[in-house]
Amino acid sequence: MDENSSARLKRRLLGVVYRIGLFLAMLTICLPGLWIVISSLRPTVEIMAKPPVWIPQEISFDAYVAMFSGIGKGGIPVIEYFRNSLIISVTSTVIAVAIGMAGGYAFARYRFRGKSSVFLGLMLTRTVPGIALSLPLFFLYVRLGIIDTHFGLILAYVALNVPFTIWLIDGFFRQVPKDLAEAAQIDGCTRWQAFWQVEFPLAGPGIASAAIFAFLTCWNEFALASQLTRSVSAKTLPVGLLDYTAEFTIDWRGMCALAVVMIIPALTLTYIVQKHLVGGLTSGAVKG
Amino acid sequence: MATVTLTKLTKRYGTVGIVHGIDLDIADREFIALVGPSGCGKSTTLRMIAGLEEISAGSIEIGGRVVNDLPPRSRNISMVFQSYALYPHMTVRENLGFSLKIAGAAKEDMERRVAEASAILGLDTLLDRRPSQLSGGQRQRVAMGRAIVRDPDVFLFDEPLSNLDAKLRTQMRTEIKKLHAKVQSTVIYVTHDQVEAMTLADRIVIMRDGHIEQVGTPDEVFRRPATRFVAGFIGSPPMNLHEATIDDGQMVFASGERLPLPGQFKANVATGDKVVFGLRPDDIYPTGHGISSGGAADVHQIELPITVTEPLGNETLVFVEFNGTDWVTRMLNPRPLRPGERVAMSLDMSQAHLFATETGKTLRS
Repeated sequence: MDENSSARLKRRLLGVVYRIGLFLAMLTICLPGLWIVISSLRPTVEIMAKPPVWIPQEISFDAYVAMFSGIGKGGIPVIEYFRNSLIISVTSTVIAVAIGMAGGYAFARYRFRGKSSVFLGLMLTRTVPGIALSLPLFFLYVRLGIIDTHFGLILAYVALNVPFTIWLIDGFFRQVPKDLAEAAQIDGCTRWQAFWQVEFPLAGPGIASAAIFAFLTCWNEFALASQLTRSVSAKTLPVGLLDYTAEFTIDWRGMCALAVVMIIPALTLTYIVQKHLVGGLTSGAVKG
Repeated sequence: MATVTLTKLTKRYGTVGIVHGIDLDIADREFIALVGPSGCGKSTTLRMIAGLEEISAGSIEIGGRVVNDLPPRSRNISMVFQSYALYPHMTVRENLGFSLKIAGAAKEDMERRVAEASAILGLDTLLDRRPSQLSGGQRQRVAMGRAIVRDPDVFLFDEPLSNLDAKLRTQMRTEIKKLHAKVQSTVIYVTHDQVEAMTLADRIVIMRDGHIEQVGTPDEVFRRPATRFVAGFIGSPPMNLHEATIDDGQMVFASGERLPLPGQFKANVATGDKVVFGLRPDDIYPTGHGISSGGAADVHQIELPITVTEPLGNETLVFVEFNGTDWVTRMLNPRPLRPGERVAMSLDMSQAHLFATETGKTLRS
């Protein structure tokens, strides 16, 4: 075999190995999700079986039907939970992104006293585990009378997300050359117009990704929500999962079904927005 | 179209001064180049005129109107950036028409003016592309088109050619000159490249450390540099400059070598004065191979050893040793020379320059 054909063979073999490796990696990542979907469709006996039953023997949508059947028939107030989750997540995301845009822009574009310490301070707040805040927040909220309200959770989530959105959006505004806003101002824009006409569209993909991250954080958050909400009027979907636990039993199938219901909107949103997350939009603006 | 007047224009960042109270009058339709090494304050001056940088003191008038505190959009200027600063999310057409859109111009008017500008710059076929799909030269043209469309009082150029390769730079230089002839507006052009300044400008402003060293036509700054700095900055290869002390009508150099004092400076110096002697490469040449070929009256002959030669085809740069350093000289109609060879050199002293060592100012009266 000559040198060229052995090199060609080696390249093909490497390609196959690469694909197998990739498949295994993706399988590992996707397996928990897949397992939840499967578990939501089969009886608890099969879920708990030892050794595990890999291929479901019996598929049914009973858990989903039961979930929406109302209280007393194995149902939970899933519509209310969904509404609470949506209101809290969307509102807090919008606020966190708005603050993140203002803050990120300021950090990217202006020089001011104490800039780096303020930035570091914001980042340090991320080092505090959310669960450690739950008890102090609980006492505070009880005193303020905002326990078990949408407002209380929105406030907590905005505070949780703002440092992150500022940090992320700052990075994206830094990538938009300063010259562009200056050129826009010379072309007749006010500072405000220059921002909306030029800088905002260019940082758009970054702002969208910050929004997704913020939304998913709120949507999936459990620790704080479980402490700060009590009733159907404020409980979010992750807290709603606890409705499937009773004193001696856990309805794993129901829990998995609710988890699927939770995943679907998050997945859809990410899918819609990710198309807009194309990088390299600023290429060609300036020589580079 | 407008005049531009800078009066005691100053820029400070805290206690650090960048531009130290410069005065400059720019005539209507004049092409003026601000030139100087990096950090000399030329870009800052331009940005102050544009309104992108606040002024610390002094005033700026455009067309007789004081614009000190007006935002950029109210100054009726346009600017071409070094980075081009094209809007990447817009097509060439949208880039060109952006200022008109912001001003709320009618659609037909906008289309007509974009078409005019693209015709001048040959952008017709590129109108629907985005900046990322253009070459460097094309982007440069779009940036200029965007400036033209606004029909401004003053064009500001901030090192517009420094991102282009050498060939394209020469080409675009010619285009800018043609453009100025066509649109006939006041132009302020910042560059660190003295060749650009010399070829394009009606007048050149040479800046250094936030001060203006000299303002003059290209011919003036080349032939009659006001300071030692200007003498060294303008001209390529640069002027040969050597410190000397005057002694009885002669210049004595550090190495002990002597040259006669050029006639035109005799009245302005006395024995013991410390001076800087300057002579351009064109005014030193192997005897018989120069521009004036020994025809001038004030030519001094001296024999010097050759260190290196750089043949350029029609001429050769000959480096000769004088006063312990290399002197660049220009040989026309070259003949072969060997390093180490001693050749008779002609020094055209009528073209010599003399500056006071202490102040750096010319001793020409």
